[in-house]
Amino acid sequence: MKNNALIVNKRDNVAVALRDLKAGEIVIIHGEELFALVEDIPASHKLALREIEAEEEIVKYGEVVGVSVKKIVRGAWVHTHNLESRRWKK
Amino acid sequence: MREISGYKRRDGGVGIRNHVLILPTVSCVNGVVSRIGKAVPDAVAVTHGHGCGRGGPRDIEILFRVLTGMMKNPNVGAVVLVGLGCEVSNVKNLMPMIENVGKPVSIFNVQDDGGSLKTAEKGIDAARRYIEELAVREREPISWDQLLVAIECGGSDAMSGVTANVAMGAVSDWLVARGATVMFGENTEMIGTAHVLSRRAKDSQTAEKIEEMVDRAETLTHDIMGELAGLVISPGNMDGGMSTIAEKSMGCIVKGGTTSINEVVDYGVAPTVKGLVLQDGPGYDADSMGGFAASGAQLMFFSTGRGTPAGFPTVPVIKVASNSRVYRAMEDDIDVNAGILVEGVSLEALRNEMIDLMIRVINGEQTKPEANDMGVFTFMTVHPPF
Repeated sequence: MKNNALIVNKRDNVAVALRDLKAGEIVIIHGEELFALVEDIPASHKLALREIEAEEEIVKYGEVVGVSVKKIVRGAWVHTHNLESRRWKK
Repeated sequence: MREISGYKRRDGGVGIRNHVLILPTVSCVNGVVSRIGKAVPDAVAVTHGHGCGRGGPRDIEILFRVLTGMMKNPNVGAVVLVGLGCEVSNVKNLMPMIENVGKPVSIFNVQDDGGSLKTAEKGIDAARRYIEELAVREREPISWDQLLVAIECGGSDAMSGVTANVAMGAVSDWLVARGATVMFGENTEMIGTAHVLSRRAKDSQTAEKIEEMVDRAETLTHDIMGELAGLVISPGNMDGGMSTIAEKSMGCIVKGGTTSINEVVDYGVAPTVKGLVLQDGPGYDADSMGGFAASGAQLMFFSTGRGTPAGFPTVPVIKVASNSRVYRAMEDDIDVNAGILVEGVSLEALRNEMIDLMIRVINGEQTKPEANDMGVFTFMTVHPPF
């Protein structure tokens, strides 16, 4: 089974698309079929591995890279439209 | 074959190469160095644009440190040093450091040795003699804890932080587990991750140094770029899927792996501990590699997504492509294709391939930049010249 996404760190709640992925496509990581995508994910962009609540930390590389601004469903695209940086909001 | 071998130097260092280095103290005598290099192609002739014209204490400190570090680097077995006479980094000023480089150094000064052509003749004789002397030296078994491996990323793309840098990080963890020292730098590419790096510091003093270094890099970026500082995370980065500066920088620092950060070393300074260390140096690849070599790195990894052929004159550089497209487009320049991660190869398999290659390179196999003679030497400066 050919992987089409990658989890960089086991603590991550997002995976990285390894190529342009289409809505409805099944996410395959470590040779395992996981779930269907709810929208298109461009190559090297993030997809939600599980449901992420609003205000929840987005974890990639095992580290917090942003905070969700709204609920994100599993298989959704995670980017600047639904996460923000805490860096400039201290 | 997992054994590694190298050349033992009299200061205790071990080289994985046995180069005769021809080095100018100042750019004014670059032509003499090139002339020697053409006559003695087995030697490594290195030119640079520095040596005079800068008076600030920080620039002078770095100049002396890097010239000394280039000579001291254990991959170098002997040095032909070509000076001018009136430069800031003249031989007389360098002499206390030359005495500690742990190998033979022949010194010439164009103003005392009869001008450029006669100096070149003398340098050619010395370089040929050293080539003969070093040719009879044999490799001996060495151990991982004698190695300093530096890790660089440059000409990055959106996949660099997903494939190549993650794979280099896995190699870094493997090296640290075997007692090696691993160094990475590029403080501008740590902006937004000071809290992550400092949490991994081995003690509070190291954590404070990390915070100070990254804060300074951020302030400098704002001072130089003004409103454009925001482009440190650029539209291109965002198109590539990076949503925040922290995410972008994580993609850079992941190349160092996951172990504790045991020291922050100033640019061009040799680490005093084993394990993972940070170089307080710039993101510009060429300057960064100059600092690593001056710190004593015998080997480097260098990831690239857009494709840069740059290596280092005295240090083998293993080039790692982040995607298969650039690997195929520049196969003559790139040693490893981390893009295979996208094609279903596991991270562990890629890491093991990189470790096997690294062992062969340590034992003498040439990297692509070595075979192509793509070494570049330059180093950081702080102030403009007078």
